[in-house]
Amino acid sequence: MAGFGTLLRRELVLAWRQPGDAATVLAFFVLAAVLFPFGVGPAPNLLAQMAAGIVWVTALLAAMLSLERLFQADLEDGSLDLLALLPSPLWVAVAAKIAAHWLTTGLPLLVVAPAVALLFNLADAAYPVLLAALALGTPAISLIGAVGAGLTLGARRGGVLLALLVLPLLIPVLILGAAAVDAVLAGLSPRPHLLLLAGLLLAALVLCPWAATASVRQALD
Amino acid sequence: MLHRFANPARFLRIAAVVQPWCAAICALALAAGLYVAFFASPPDYQQGETVRIMYVHVPAAWMALFAYAAIALAAAVGLIWRHPLAFVAAGAAAPIGAAFTAICLATGSLWGKPMWGTWWVWDARLTSVLVLLFLYLGLIALRHAFDDSDRGERAAAVLALVGAVNLPIIKFSVDWWNTLHQPASVVKIGGPTIHPAMLTPLLLMAAGFMLFFVVVLLIRIRSELLARRLRALRLAQAHAAEPAAATRGPVLG
Repeated sequence: MAGFGTLLRRELVLAWRQPGDAATVLAFFVLAAVLFPFGVGPAPNLLAQMAAGIVWVTALLAAMLSLERLFQADLEDGSLDLLALLPSPLWVAVAAKIAAHWLTTGLPLLVVAPAVALLFNLADAAYPVLLAALALGTPAISLIGAVGAGLTLGARRGGVLLALLVLPLLIPVLILGAAAVDAVLAGLSPRPHLLLLAGLLLAALVLCPWAATASVRQALD
Repeated sequence: MLHRFANPARFLRIAAVVQPWCAAICALALAAGLYVAFFASPPDYQQGETVRIMYVHVPAAWMALFAYAAIALAAAVGLIWRHPLAFVAAGAAAPIGAAFTAICLATGSLWGKPMWGTWWVWDARLTSVLVLLFLYLGLIALRHAFDDSDRGERAAAVLALVGAVNLPIIKFSVDWWNTLHQPASVVKIGGPTIHPAMLTPLLLMAAGFMLFFVVVLLIRIRSELLARRLRALRLAQAHAAEPAAATRGPVLG
């Protein structure tokens, strides 16, 4: 697993030297969320009910923006071919890229999400559950999204295509993540939703790096 | 067994024989099914005449699932054994399956308005079938998104396998969640709980839909194979027409 650490550090250094990329995703996240009060009206009760859903939907859309570049830059400059020639299997490099994607996109979204929820008057009791659900859901977004990023590698209009492929597959994450917060607001236990979300994350953790590696290898043939 | 049909020329010969028979039986089954469905079957005691929507809605839903399962199977065969016809078949089946899914959703919506009082509800069965439609559209879009069509076929095959997780979700959604959509009443343990007077037209229509799928699939596969042969011939012609170009200068690419 020494290779994983080295590759992860490479990805993080690259991201650190281009901080604008992650910042753009966060700016899109906040801006898209801020559009909702203008669209549905600023009634505090309505917004408080919609807060979790808005945070989840805009987080999904924001993650789509960054997924497009997951393998693209490395394909263009040839690094992806070199990663495939490493003595360690290709899935290690793919897993490192997925982990780096979560650290540079999922984690910042997780940090900013409470501030966005604050704008919508989310009830105090719901914050821990919102964060727990996002902590379980955003890695699943990175994992499932990586499969789509590999499949659309080198495609025309890759970004739009990526969203078309990945968003339907992410609907379960959205349903469970939003339902966990709704359960708290309704005075019920969010536990079953969070457990299902955790199960989904574990399944994605096992299957997605494998499928993403297969899709990246298709692009390199 | 599998490799006997891997030869496109042999496939074309067999398809040319099978296709007219399938088309004839398909026309008979659809004609008989439509007649029984409209005139020779009773209206439902609760739903009245609207129950006749079932004879289109349910076979379309079955075919939507069957076509996706067939695509996933063909994708697996293509990825594992490099079967030359598998990707062609998967690509040819995707638009047909998408059409069946769209018919299923549209007729379900028309049926839902008089029975449930709404065109659409976000219950698990309806949502998962909507996701199936998006998966079909994604398959079609991904297949045509690359300049290199081999790459598009392989990417679509991987997506077909990933999307197959949705099939059991659709099938069991009415058992796992409380849905407005009714649970299964034909394919279930203990036999169907539907009266023979309604089961007969339903099965006739299902047979007609299945044969329609087979016929259109054969037409699409044959035209795709012919289009490829045409492209190869044109390329050979173009190469033969300019032998001097190759010797004039360095060949790029």
